[in-house]
Amino acid sequence: MYRYDSYDRQLVQERVEQFRGQVQRRLSGELTEEEFKPLRLMNGLYLQLHAYMLRVAIPYGTLSSTQLRTLAHIARRYDKGYGHFTTRQNLQFNWPSLADTPDILAELAEVEMHAIQTSGNCIRNVTADHFAGAAAGEVEDPRIWCEIIRQWSTFHPEFSFLPRKFKIAVTATDRDRAALRVHDIGLKLLRDHRGIGFEVMVGGGQGRTPALAKTIRPYLSAEHLLSYLEAILRTYNLLGRRDNLYKARIKILVDAVGPAEFARLVEEEWRQIPQDRVDLPEAEIRRIRAFFAQPPFETVPQLDPEFELLRRGDRAFARWVKSNTAAHKQPGYAIVTLSLKPHGGIPGDATSEQMDAIADLADTYSFGEIRVTHEQNLALVHVRQRDLFALWQALIPLDLATPNIGLATDIIACPGLDYCSLANARSIPVAQRISLALQDLDRLGAIGELKIKISGCINACGHHHVGHIGILGVDKKGEEFYQVTLGGSGDETAAIGEIVGPAFSSDRVVWAVATVIETYLARRSGPEERFLDAYRRLGPDPFKEALYAAH
Amino acid sequence: MPLINAQGCPLPDPWLLISDQEGIPESDAIVVPIRRWCAERERLIARQARTGLVLKSGEDVTEILPDLAHVHLIALEFPKFTDGRHYSTARLLRERHGYKGELRAVGAVLLDQLEFLQRCGFDTFVLVKEGAGEAVPGAFRQFSVVYQPAADERIRAGELRKADRTDHEQSRICVGSWAY
Repeated sequence: MYRYDSYDRQLVQERVEQFRGQVQRRLSGELTEEEFKPLRLMNGLYLQLHAYMLRVAIPYGTLSSTQLRTLAHIARRYDKGYGHFTTRQNLQFNWPSLADTPDILAELAEVEMHAIQTSGNCIRNVTADHFAGAAAGEVEDPRIWCEIIRQWSTFHPEFSFLPRKFKIAVTATDRDRAALRVHDIGLKLLRDHRGIGFEVMVGGGQGRTPALAKTIRPYLSAEHLLSYLEAILRTYNLLGRRDNLYKARIKILVDAVGPAEFARLVEEEWRQIPQDRVDLPEAEIRRIRAFFAQPPFETVPQLDPEFELLRRGDRAFARWVKSNTAAHKQPGYAIVTLSLKPHGGIPGDATSEQMDAIADLADTYSFGEIRVTHEQNLALVHVRQRDLFALWQALIPLDLATPNIGLATDIIACPGLDYCSLANARSIPVAQRISLALQDLDRLGAIGELKIKISGCINACGHHHVGHIGILGVDKKGEEFYQVTLGGSGDETAAIGEIVGPAFSSDRVVWAVATVIETYLARRSGPEERFLDAYRRLGPDPFKEALYAAH
Repeated sequence: MPLINAQGCPLPDPWLLISDQEGIPESDAIVVPIRRWCAERERLIARQARTGLVLKSGEDVTEILPDLAHVHLIALEFPKFTDGRHYSTARLLRERHGYKGELRAVGAVLLDQLEFLQRCGFDTFVLVKEGAGEAVPGAFRQFSVVYQPAADERIRAGELRKADRTDHEQSRICVGSWAY
């Protein structure tokens, strides 16, 4: 993974000192809260319902074991002993004190981390396929380009006061694990006779007006990525709406002028940019690429006989292997997802003890590297098959081995009204109740792939629009209600879910989810037909009928 | 509200802002709204004294591009510090259209924006409130490293690294690794 050089290190340290000065000015009363707000927000420091919240950037979801230990230490020393992994591959501390935040940032800087641009109307943390470098069929590691974008976008003088926040995601295989189509810009790395390039998608997003990104350029030579991004961002900065918070994202502009006209505007701007000046020199791309070289894999058989024996002999192990591991490009290796969704737990939360233990396991089994997934789990992506059994046994007492990845209890939930000042309703308790209702492992396996996503308000941090079952918390005269959408998807077959009907009260929402699942089980063509496929075949009517006809 | 240059030094301000309705003096340096420039350009160009323009956020510079040689000051107005359109306007004026005159940031201009403004090509600034003494010069150089080219002369990290390599500092930039 990437390591800072003296330039990167100096910049992050200067940022810490700048923020230390700003906090001092606030604590001494020189700055009012109103004046301090934009400054703290540029450092990822929010004021929530009960306390400050610090959002730490985890660029493209990659952590070293050293970095994870530092996060564990910060949670223990400055917070309440846990952190929350988010759908943007970031980590949030929910209870830091304002006076401590400069010291927290200084500790982060020691391990090459920061909170730069984790909030504000700027280019946010760039996200990537969490299986980058391990997935089969990859053009090259997409994190090379994420790091290039990270550096270019850091303190960009022209694009730090955009109409609204701006999110970029990058993938490099035909499987989309980064939800490209619901990002402001989605970049899919591909290779053809012209060499490495990107399919450029623009104008996706969730929130109040969900939209899928449109491809404005099927192929952009990779070397021109930065100049092309500059053209897109400048077009947006000049033309994006600023009169209405809810109409300020680039998706609204792309929709208003039309994707073809937006593409024309970008191309026209791009032609006038001195590309040589903006694009990185080849040697610099090579320098960054070298950091993402493949780790020293051992040459081992495709199928480890001992692993196979254990898998056949232990039903619980076999179940975990089936749901929580994925195929690796290297023979004899596997990708392991650690579930942060224990049944009845809080999706995405990890304690300091868990983080420390995961860091140790990463050192033992996965070249000291950890990934954060946008579905709020962690992953060790380079594990030998032969080590899977030992790893699984180590994960069980840590409560990190729930065999539910991709299944109905692998729920995404935003912090909701338990923490967030924007929320209309609570998300976490709903996720907990659904998870407890569906925790029977045999039944969970029988239901198969099912993505339930919960947001506590229309901002859609819980990605409800792209949930196979999406749940949106709404406020009805002071009471929490939940609107259900069906058929959404955030992968390569991306779709926005459709509202199934009137919202359910809090005590009916678990029943509603169970009823949708029952309807699916009764109507699917067979166990191999996934929920999403069945919904696409059947349409909403059978589900509406089951949910509303009898009542 | 003080006018400062990019060194943070206070400057006298000889410019007179003339609204749409006011009469145009012959001898003073004046700043007029862009609409007025477009409506009365010949008369304004023929004047003896210098003339400048003020653009509100969202006003397009395209119309006045042919006249840039006759314009001595362009003031770009920020209605709110969060309205960042004029960062792009400034870069385009400097880098694409070759504007060499004074480029002034007015309106909601705060201390913590100065470095970005200067990087985009502004060279004078009217701060909303009095700067905190010596804090002002420092505000232009909060960061010693930049990662992207802009309208200023600062050399980005990628270019410095290239120079380091040719200086045979290969060891300093070798690939590090956390664990393997």
